[in-house]
Amino acid sequence: MQQVFSIPKSFKEDFKYTFCPGCDHGIAIRLLAEVLDELGIQDKTICAASIGCSVFIYDFLNVDSIESPHGRAMAEATGVKRARPDKVVFTYQGDGDFASIGLAESMHAAFRGERITAFMLNNTTYGMTGGQHGPTTMMGQITTTSPTGRNREYYGYPARMAEQIALADGCAFSARVALDSIPHINDAKKAIKKAFQVQLDGTGLGFVEILSTCPTNWHMTPEQAHARVRDDMTKTFPLGIFKDTTEE
Amino acid sequence: MNSSEKVLIKGNYAIAQAAVNAGCQCYFGYPITPQTEIGEYLSGKMQELKRGYVCAESELAAINMVIGAVSTGVKAMTSSSSCAVSLMQEALSYAASDELPVVLVNVMRAGPGLGYIYPAQGDYNQAVYGGGNGDYKIIVLAPSTVQECIDYTYRAFYLAHKYRNPVILLADGLLGQMMEPASFGEYPYPEIDNSSWALTGAKNRASRAIYSCARDEKKQIEHIKNLFKKFDLISQNETSWEEFKTEDADIILTAFGSMTRNIKAAMNVLREKGIKAGCFRPITLSPFPNNRIEELAKEGKDFIVVEMNMGQMFKDVKYAINGAAKAELINRPCGEWLSVEDIVSSVEKFMEKNYAASI
Repeated sequence: MQQVFSIPKSFKEDFKYTFCPGCDHGIAIRLLAEVLDELGIQDKTICAASIGCSVFIYDFLNVDSIESPHGRAMAEATGVKRARPDKVVFTYQGDGDFASIGLAESMHAAFRGERITAFMLNNTTYGMTGGQHGPTTMMGQITTTSPTGRNREYYGYPARMAEQIALADGCAFSARVALDSIPHINDAKKAIKKAFQVQLDGTGLGFVEILSTCPTNWHMTPEQAHARVRDDMTKTFPLGIFKDTTEE
Repeated sequence: MNSSEKVLIKGNYAIAQAAVNAGCQCYFGYPITPQTEIGEYLSGKMQELKRGYVCAESELAAINMVIGAVSTGVKAMTSSSSCAVSLMQEALSYAASDELPVVLVNVMRAGPGLGYIYPAQGDYNQAVYGGGNGDYKIIVLAPSTVQECIDYTYRAFYLAHKYRNPVILLADGLLGQMMEPASFGEYPYPEIDNSSWALTGAKNRASRAIYSCARDEKKQIEHIKNLFKKFDLISQNETSWEEFKTEDADIILTAFGSMTRNIKAAMNVLREKGIKAGCFRPITLSPFPNNRIEELAKEGKDFIVVEMNMGQMFKDVKYAINGAAKAELINRPCGEWLSVEDIVSSVEKFMEKNYAASI
């Protein structure tokens, strides 16, 4: 009998699934593990983790990881890469970590063209603290700190990171992907792989913004949450590749 | 500059070259007076040696780059000054909890707030007690000469790696900007094997994660207790100080860092005037030489603490004396260093007030 499904070897054998039902972290980390396997880089990869729900990456991936204070993952990843240029280094951050408290570190790593790879999960809210308004909250979106919905007057506009990072000369690959359907998941995996590939090629920063669900704080079922990603989020955050130096 | 030859060199350059000699593989920093020469010097030197250098976007980023680098087992350092070192306190708390060998040089200027670029010693509390959250301890070394800037930079790297604990080299603007003859010699310490914990990729071994979040009350308690057990060991092994003519002294002048220079001179003037003065100077501000101060106090020797702040080390000296002798503070918050004359006249007043009958 042919085996068609197995756990990637970049996954820990004893992991326990700790995310909420319907949360996309599970799919994102699974894709990361598959890509690490396929590129054969698991044993030379170091992860700079972050703060928020993404912090649980330690529990899943079978790679060396360093904790970063909230927002500082890109600085820590820079330090790791400058100390060990032969290693593969990536960050795994939420939108609050990457685009709010860590915006300076994120943008400057891109400007410098650090040979690292960054993943930002965008679920339009601060998930771990219970669903507050953040830098990526959509116009009109209700959160615990935008009780009547995000408006121009009090909150301004959401940050579109995949486009911003793509503008940096040091960025070699920037894309926005979603995990709401099989075709999108397949595209996401390709983007994740390219974001690592530019690091391996030494051409610059690889960045993927991953649109993802937060059913608990959105007060939705997993199905409703994925419909929101597909129907609402992609209007504010269009999917696509915003920079790809591998094609030049 | 890797020999016993004496060179005339500025404190900041001495620290920078000593870091190079110590094998510092990466330097990350952001400019701030009066320590900017460290980053200027290392920007060229590290590139020449093909080592890591980033002119970071902020002090927050700089010290977190150091955390990233040292987590892979290499030696790395940042340097800054007072108000900007405040920005690094979060990372120091993380590094202490994560047991990472971060080396931070603070060339102090005046505070609080922006303060100004006058030299001062106002960051004693921040360095010794920590400005970050939670229970943690940092090793703090205080040089008083350019030669010691070199020697203690070597020691800072050694202790950081030996104990896997952050170390602060607490210098000040006077020392950073001053030129003195000094020699570099060779880095005198053995290399520490980091292979049991460093993040180098999970090749032929289980993966490692370095983090401070135990997510388990019992583990968290045990972790904090272990950090303090380690610091007890550091206290036992590494507490260091210098003393001069304390044996027959009635009063002991106490200072740290570059103020040590003036209390030594004041001691000599006082002795010429017939006052039996001695000097005591902690080299490690953390761990602090409590026991030795207590011993001297119990012999009936009074302490006069001279420092360029509002009495930060003074409290620790009083705590160590524990009522066994008198303690007096001679201080100024920042700016022109207290002169030998200032110190001598203050000591004379102290003697008059307390020993009028016996003089």
